[in-house]
Amino acid sequence: MTTGYEAGQYEVIVIGAGHAGCEAALAAARMGCRTLLLTINLDMVAFMPCNPSIGGPAKGHVVREIDALGGEMGRNIDKTFIQMRMLNTGKGPAVHALRAQADKFLYQHTMKETIERTPNLTLRQGMVEDLIVEENVVKGVVTKTGAQYYAHSVVLTTGTYLRGKIIMGELMYESGPNNQQPSVKLSEALRRLGFELVRFKTGTPPRVHKETIDFSKTEIQPGDAEPKYFSYETESSPRAGEQLPCWLTYTSEETHQIINDNLHRAPMFSGVIEGTGPRYCPSIEDKIVRFSDKPKHQIFLEPEGRYTSEYYVQGLSTSMPEDVQLNILRSIPGLERVEMMRTGYAIEYDAVVPTQLKPSLETKLVSGLFTAGQINGTSGYEEAAGQGIMAGINAARHVQGKEPVILDRSEAYIGVLIDDLVTKGTNEPYRLLTSRAEYRLLLRHDNADLRLTPTGYDIGLITEERYRQFCKKGARRARVAAPENDKGTAGGARSGYACRSGYRLAEQRG
Amino acid sequence: MNDTIAAISTPLGEGGIAVIRVSGEQAVELTGHLFRSKQKLTEVPTHTVQYGTIRDPDSGEKLEEALVTVMRAPRSFTREDVVEIGCHGGIVAVKRVLDALLEQGIRLAEPGEFTKRAFLNGRIDLTQAEAVIDLIRAKSDRAFKVAMKQVDGKLSKRIGQLRHRLVELMAHIEVNIDYPEHDVAEMTSAMIEDVASGVIAEVDELLRTAEQGKILREGISTAIIGKPNVGKSSLLNALAQENRAIVTDIPGTTRDVIEEYVNVGGIPLRLLDTAGIRETSDIVEQIGVERSRTALADADLILLVLNRSEPLSQEEMELLEQIRGRQTIVILNKIDLPPQLDEEQIRRLVPDERIVELSLLEEKGLPQLEKAISSLFFRGGIEANELTYVSNARHIHLFKQARRSLQDAIAANVQQVPIDMIQIDLRAAWEQLGEIIGDSVAESLIDQIFSQFCLGK
Repeated sequence: MTTGYEAGQYEVIVIGAGHAGCEAALAAARMGCRTLLLTINLDMVAFMPCNPSIGGPAKGHVVREIDALGGEMGRNIDKTFIQMRMLNTGKGPAVHALRAQADKFLYQHTMKETIERTPNLTLRQGMVEDLIVEENVVKGVVTKTGAQYYAHSVVLTTGTYLRGKIIMGELMYESGPNNQQPSVKLSEALRRLGFELVRFKTGTPPRVHKETIDFSKTEIQPGDAEPKYFSYETESSPRAGEQLPCWLTYTSEETHQIINDNLHRAPMFSGVIEGTGPRYCPSIEDKIVRFSDKPKHQIFLEPEGRYTSEYYVQGLSTSMPEDVQLNILRSIPGLERVEMMRTGYAIEYDAVVPTQLKPSLETKLVSGLFTAGQINGTSGYEEAAGQGIMAGINAARHVQGKEPVILDRSEAYIGVLIDDLVTKGTNEPYRLLTSRAEYRLLLRHDNADLRLTPTGYDIGLITEERYRQFCKKGARRARVAAPENDKGTAGGARSGYACRSGYRLAEQRG
Repeated sequence: MNDTIAAISTPLGEGGIAVIRVSGEQAVELTGHLFRSKQKLTEVPTHTVQYGTIRDPDSGEKLEEALVTVMRAPRSFTREDVVEIGCHGGIVAVKRVLDALLEQGIRLAEPGEFTKRAFLNGRIDLTQAEAVIDLIRAKSDRAFKVAMKQVDGKLSKRIGQLRHRLVELMAHIEVNIDYPEHDVAEMTSAMIEDVASGVIAEVDELLRTAEQGKILREGISTAIIGKPNVGKSSLLNALAQENRAIVTDIPGTTRDVIEEYVNVGGIPLRLLDTAGIRETSDIVEQIGVERSRTALADADLILLVLNRSEPLSQEEMELLEQIRGRQTIVILNKIDLPPQLDEEQIRRLVPDERIVELSLLEEKGLPQLEKAISSLFFRGGIEANELTYVSNARHIHLFKQARRSLQDAIAANVQQVPIDMIQIDLRAAWEQLGEIIGDSVAESLIDQIFSQFCLGK
């Protein structure tokens, strides 16, 4: 038993420095709250445990929205991408979607540096094992080393760490992602407080060595020659001219044969895995069983960074035993002589049933306690970050005695995401899709600033300088739009209106 | 949430027996408080009938003898525990039992609440629930059969098939949008055209049955017109008495006028009372005539009765003119008497198959009249055994809306509008069809996406 000691008084504490936690902590600190960001391992800040990419349909829209509110994800990926592509350009403007391949190491380091340099924000390594709650009001947290930190708001962004369990074939052990220490006691603390938890599952494919790939047997997938950026603040990037391609290959008949021959060793089918996995992110063994008539499946080979030889094998998420994984890899054209550097695995974790949350992401059970990201049953970095910034904003506003900011389904994908979670719940890890948004045509990636920047400005996350730029752009748009349309386009009318102060805060919406 | 409800399920009045239905979580327990029998009601096997007495739980006074049927959830009409109490069919007897049940804290059911619960508990969908009332109100054998098919879910099944075709297409479009780099075939305008026009064709087919369905459900509003003494009343009596399958007087329930339903060869006619139409200076009679004109204007079918033993009068000539272009059958009555009427004059105005000669006095010619009516509305025959009829005005409206949405989708497709915009029209059609059966949950589209396509990392 460690001896407890008082380690400090803050206004907001964020537990976990993944994509949700980083946005939450940055938002709270930038809104003027003394904020503590705790993470089990400082080397894992903004880590991408799965695919090295950000964006795509709906997800890319969310990154734009985060940026429009004054969040970090867009700026950070603009500084660290190795490839940028605009997808869906042949479809309607509402579903054009930006997608970046990230240098995942640079992404982490850049985010960590931003956090370290942000005033009001303290980044510290520590594993939170308990919450201090008095009469259903959160007071602080306790770490494994006995440190007691106090605050008015606590944001839980625990990702897949809660009672995390890695599964690879017959092998199974308690672990967070990428062999990090799991968080076991915090899960028990949540149960004690009366929270209903569910068990979810996700997975990741193996990583392979670049020098052992025969790229001549694959198709090149280059980035856009003139890339667009996620952040409205990014005007250009030195990375634009030095993009790296991805490569496309396919599974073979032999791949399918190997998998079918080894299904008895697949935890997916032997009943070992108890967590519910996402349907949209099936393992390769799942795909081959469920879509047995499909002769081949796409495999994308994606570089994990500029200064690493690791390649991510997209399409090959699996929890097969290690020896089977190697055989599967070597049955794929281009990978015949490949060396596997990391083994794919499935991971199970605890999540909070999200219908226990208010639309502000504060828990109904404990006042001042917020949750965001995978703990709320979602999947994806962007979904996590979108919730993270909202939880951070509302944790800060809770401290400041202000009404929460709640985005409507008609104004942001983030609004759709949170509304779906807290009203409908989810019975699998929730992924945002454009089809979930009934106002899809309004929620374009290119009007995210018109939709959200006034809100970001009002809550104090958008700087004066940026807001002036935004207003100028709005006025330009209005001039362009007005002659053609008396009513003004949504953009022109909104931004003109938006530049008045006190625009669209929760209290005005009732 | 689901409290226990009770209502008298048989018509109020004197009858051999009456049935009170109780439904809800506590149906068995609360009825058990009143019911004395060999076995405790809470312990009897499901779907069995018990004989016993209904007693006041406080005084022990015997209120009624009863046969009590227990049907436990989910094998019951409402999918809840249901108890049916059969007792003597008298107003007092039934009311005593019902009052005793309400004393136990059971709530009096609202009209249609049992069916509503069956819908909410997922035993039946909306079209099936609606058909239950059609079944109860059926005025003819065929209307009953049509309703029965709907209760069985025939219409729902057809709608389900149409929606499935749409949702497959929509899922394909969604995958193109949300997974642009996946090796799923790009949606082509030919695919959209193909599915949308295919569904329109089927909706059209269903809508074609609508007119007949409406007739079967609501009856053909029929005006019998003619000058006084041509046999109008006799015709009405003949139809009412000889062909009366069910005659219902429904004051005030659906409309203010009293209508009489008669069943002619399986076709329900809703006979509308009309006074003779003629010029008059009497104010009261003028009002009557005015109403007759309204009835005449609203009628689906006009039976013009003429006396064949008299020449055509000026007024009758005018009537013939007035009803040109309407669904009309001209009845030449009194063929037992020597003809005086110039038939050629009429045959110039009315096709032969719409002229029926009969003698109401000698009861001759009624089958020909039935045949004429049947061929006028059903082109020779009613195919209630084969067809799924769309008869409900709400359904017809939604089918028409869905049709319009699909036409919009096709038009947008022709103009090469991006697929995410065409999707809006497809989705509208899908939801409108879903509204008919009471199912428009967006989740099923996402389910379809992941069951139809292999996606993801």
